[in-house]
Amino acid sequence: MARYLLRRLLLTLPVLLGVATLVFSLIHLVPGDPAQSMLGDSAPAADVATLRQSLGLDRPLLVQYKSFLTGIVRGDLGKSFRYGTPVTREIGSRLVRTIQLALAAMAVAILLAIPLGIVAAVWKGTAVDHAAMTVSLVGISMPNFWLGPLLAILFAVVLGWLPVSGTGSVAHLVLPAVTLGAALAAILARMTRASVLEELRELYVMAARARGLSRLRAIVHHAFRNSLIPIVTIIGLQFGAVLTGTIITETIFAWPGVGRLLIQAINFRDYPLVQGCILFISFTYVMMNLITDLTYGVLDPRIRLE
Amino acid sequence: MMIRLGAVIVALTVGAAVAGPILMPYQPSAQQLERRLERPTLSHPFGLDELGRDILSRIVSGARISLLVGLSVVTLSTIVGVILGAIAGYAGGRVDDVISRLMDVLMAFPGILLAIALVAVLGPSLGNVILALSVIGWVGYARLVRGQALRARELEFVQAARALGAGAPRIILRHVLPTTLPAVVVQGTLGMAAAIIAEAALSFLGLGVQPPTPSWGTMLDAGRSHLFDAPHLTIFPGLAIALLVLGFNFLGDGLRDRIDPRVVR
Repeated sequence: MARYLLRRLLLTLPVLLGVATLVFSLIHLVPGDPAQSMLGDSAPAADVATLRQSLGLDRPLLVQYKSFLTGIVRGDLGKSFRYGTPVTREIGSRLVRTIQLALAAMAVAILLAIPLGIVAAVWKGTAVDHAAMTVSLVGISMPNFWLGPLLAILFAVVLGWLPVSGTGSVAHLVLPAVTLGAALAAILARMTRASVLEELRELYVMAARARGLSRLRAIVHHAFRNSLIPIVTIIGLQFGAVLTGTIITETIFAWPGVGRLLIQAINFRDYPLVQGCILFISFTYVMMNLITDLTYGVLDPRIRLE
Repeated sequence: MMIRLGAVIVALTVGAAVAGPILMPYQPSAQQLERRLERPTLSHPFGLDELGRDILSRIVSGARISLLVGLSVVTLSTIVGVILGAIAGYAGGRVDDVISRLMDVLMAFPGILLAIALVAVLGPSLGNVILALSVIGWVGYARLVRGQALRARELEFVQAARALGAGAPRIILRHVLPTTLPAVVVQGTLGMAAAIIAEAALSFLGLGVQPPTPSWGTMLDAGRSHLFDAPHLTIFPGLAIALLVLGFNFLGDGLRDRIDPRVVR
């Protein structure tokens, strides 16, 4: 196991370096002078020069690159142009909100999708199955930047049950979490149905049925447990979609997380903060994928030997 | 059934995008400020927006942007992805290593995050959206074609061509690429849906097509400020996006089932 862990970690390092290099080069892709772009065309030349110096853009490219990489290792992503504070502090202060939203969305997805998938599998080929799968297809096709406002219209404007934006109570979390979790729920429901149906063909399920268990009991007590592996895989793989989904969902519902911070930083041309947010989100994604991979290694020893 | 429904939705959208400017009684940018936010009526079936513009005309006009972005991104991504994927799969060794590592790095950015980052620094415009979505889009095609090329390299007819003295470019073009074509067509159809949704997302975030050009994402963004007084600003553009995306997904899934399930799945 230790060798497997080490090998996976070593394979991840070049990817992280590649991501860091791409994020570093972002500021150099800004057309013209990044400092001028941040301050605006009418900014005095002296101010532009000062900002360029404080961003380190006056130094040779290789020196900038080295300092960027050592900064990442030390947890220093530079200073935000807008707030004048360290980028890591700005991200850190909003991180809890993003984690709250992502976890709530995943909980919504799991709670909706698994019963829906099981129901569709139990009553395969019936109207119940078709209805469940149609609902999930609609969920997959509905972009979250449409679903969010629609839910807001229905539950905040028409019914007045939930607040339309902001934070402060659990009620504030409901609409963003459902918006973000819907697509994952749709994918999970289909996966659960397929996975349970696959297990139903196995001999042990037939044996259970032969002992007189109902189809529902055979699924819940036997097939479902074994069908969990592909379901957990999908949850792990979809984490990236949830992570990018937070950018849009937080913007729609004015949820003060890292995604909203990124969009605000882009609007203010706060390039160090943009770089910091992009780096943070992608590093988190890579590490989550690594953890998912390592979990398989623990669950299924055959993977370690491949 | 699904494939037909998908084809009908796509054909209707293409038809509307092509013939729309002739058929629509209103200019998409014509304003009637005194009638702003007016709800749907017989003369304006989808209502009027925050500047009193006919929403139906703007949706029809926005279809052109969505299809243009979809086609451009899919074409660019396919060309780059197929070429690099075929080279990586067929050449193997260090060439494959370099291309595969580049793909690994690009795939380390979840969803459209890299596209958001690129548009953020390059500036919001239609061209930059197409460029940014193509930068992330080619990887899917390259992975697909690389896998197919790796397999095709070992096929007997490819080995026979090699034995007869055919060079690598000829083998790739004449023998390897045709075996990958069905899978690429399916990927391209599903890629249209992905590109349309990504463009709308970028425009919704204010990073895509800029007003007054009618884009479905920009229209949805404008609707956000009027959820309480004019929900039709949100409902119709979103419906257009969801329907067209559903159409391309149906078409792609149907094609995948028809062509050869083993090749793609």
